[in-house]
Amino acid sequence: MLPFTLEKVTSVQAAIAAASSGRRFIAGGTTLIDLMREEVEQPAHLVDINTLPLSEIRIEGSDLVIGALARMADVAAHSDVQRLHPLVAESLIEGASPQLRNMASIGGNLLQRVRCPYFRMHDAPCNKRTPNSGCAAIEGLNAGHAILGTSDHCVATHPSDVAVALVALDATMQVRGPRGERSFPVEELFRLPGDTPHLEHTLLPGELILAVRVPGGPSSRRARYLKVRDRASYEFALVSAAAALDVEDGVIRQARLAVGGVGTRPWRLRMVEKALIGKAPDRKIFETAARLALEGARPLSGNHYKLELLPRTIVRAFEMTGEAA
Amino acid sequence: MHELADSSGTGAEQPDGPRLVRREVLALGGGAALAATMPVSAPRAAATGTSPAAGSTATVPVRLVVNGREVSVEVDPRRSLLDVLRETLGLTGTKKGCNQGACGACTVLLNGRRIVSCLTLAAMHEGAEIKTIEGLETNGELHPLQAAFVEHDGLQCGFCTPGQIMSGIGCIAEGHAASPDEIRFWMSGNICRCGAYPGIVAAVADAAKRA
Repeated sequence: MLPFTLEKVTSVQAAIAAASSGRRFIAGGTTLIDLMREEVEQPAHLVDINTLPLSEIRIEGSDLVIGALARMADVAAHSDVQRLHPLVAESLIEGASPQLRNMASIGGNLLQRVRCPYFRMHDAPCNKRTPNSGCAAIEGLNAGHAILGTSDHCVATHPSDVAVALVALDATMQVRGPRGERSFPVEELFRLPGDTPHLEHTLLPGELILAVRVPGGPSSRRARYLKVRDRASYEFALVSAAAALDVEDGVIRQARLAVGGVGTRPWRLRMVEKALIGKAPDRKIFETAARLALEGARPLSGNHYKLELLPRTIVRAFEMTGEAA
Repeated sequence: MHELADSSGTGAEQPDGPRLVRREVLALGGGAALAATMPVSAPRAAATGTSPAAGSTATVPVRLVVNGREVSVEVDPRRSLLDVLRETLGLTGTKKGCNQGACGACTVLLNGRRIVSCLTLAAMHEGAEIKTIEGLETNGELHPLQAAFVEHDGLQCGFCTPGQIMSGIGCIAEGHAASPDEIRFWMSGNICRCGAYPGIVAAVADAAKRA
C-alpha cells in the first residue's frame, strides 16, 4: 500500500472542505482499502468521515430516509425498513457477508468499484484503471460481465445489490457540496461507461452523500429481490431482479423492475413495467413482458447464458412478489 | 482439538510448574523480531500540528481496548487492524487468510459486532473495544462456542477456527442461529478449506441453544 495521510473530520462542512481540496472520503473502507492494497486506488490523503452524524434511519411522512453512513446490516435489520421496504432489506441481506455488512455504509455501497478481475490486474489493460489502455474483458474471461449498457471500452457490471432495489423504487440521493445541497434520482448517480469508463458517478468535486430517500407507495410492500449466483450466499449476482407489483382487483396497477448483474449500472426496465400495466398477474404475462428486457442486449463470448437467465429471473421475481419473503 | 485447548491456555500448567506453550513462544519470538526490525513507535509529524505530507511515514497514535485491556500504540496509517493485532500486539490468534475480506479468518468483534479486521485501518478505531479469540476464555474456562467446536469437531487444520468462532459469536448474538440453514447463510463470510462445515454448523447450533 502506498503511503497516505489520514485525518478525521467531525462536521459535514469540514468533510466537504477537505474533499474540495482533493482529499478522498473513507467510510467502511471495505472496497477502498482492498483496492489501495492492490494499488489500483492510490489516494494521497484520506478523510475518515465515520464520526459524522449521518447514520440515522428514519421515516419522514411515507418516505424512508437512510443516512449515508448507516451500515448495511443496520438498515437491513431496522424494523421500519423490514415493514415498509422489505425489498431494500432483502437486497441488502443478499449482498456481501455478515462481517462486511457490519462495516460497509450505504453511501459507500453505491460508490463501490467494479469486480471485473482485470480492473485489479495491473498486467492486463483496463480503461477504468488506466484510461485508454484497452479492455481485457471484451476478448477475455467475461462470463460475469454485462450485456446491457456496455461499450467498446468497458463491459463491467455494477456490483451493488441494494442499488438495484433503490433504482426500482425511485429512490433519490441527497448530497451536499461546496455549492450547497441537491437531490437527484439514485439512477442518475451512475454513468454509462461510454468512452470514459473511469468516470463512474455524477457527484461533483467535494460532494458528500448525506442520505438516500426511498418513497413509500402501494407497490413497496409487494416487492422482492431475487439474486441468481454461483453459490447460495456471499457471491456477486450473475443476474438479479428487484421486482414490485401493485395489484388491485386482480389487475396490475403499477409495476417496478430493475435488474443487476447484467448492466454496466443498475438497470431499470421501464418497457417491461409498462407491458404489465392493466394485465392480470400470471406467468404467461410475465414471460411475454420479460422478453422486452433483452432489447439492445449485446452478449460477449462467455455470457450468452444471460440472454436466457435474465428473462427467467425476471419472471420468477415477479412471481415471488405474490409470496412472503 | 489439542491446538484449540492449548490456545485457550488450559495446557499452560504442568504438574512440575508453569511452562511456555507453543503459542506463547511464537508470540514472544514474533515480538522480539518486531522490536529488532521495526520500531513500534516512530517519529511523527502530527506532533508538530501540521498534516504530514503524502509519502511520509508519520505514525498516528491510537488507543484501543483489546480484550478488556487498554493499549496505546503508534501506527502507520496503512496498518490494518489485523496487522496491529498480530504484529504490534502479538495477538496471533486472529489469522490472516486472503487479506481481502473474502475468507473471514481475521474476524474479530469491534464494539461487539463481527467484522473482518483485514479491511479496516487500525488508525480509524480510536477508543474502540476489540475482542479477539484470546479474550474469550474466562477463569480458564473455554467460551461455550469454543467448547462446542471441540465437542463437534468443528475443525481440521484449525486455521479458520478463530475467525469461525468469532463470527459464530456474532451470528448467535444477532439471532441468526435458529436452524442449520440459517446458520449456513449467516456464517457464509467464513470459509473453511478443510470442509469442516457440518461440525461448524453443529457447534454454532449447539452453542446457540445453550446461550
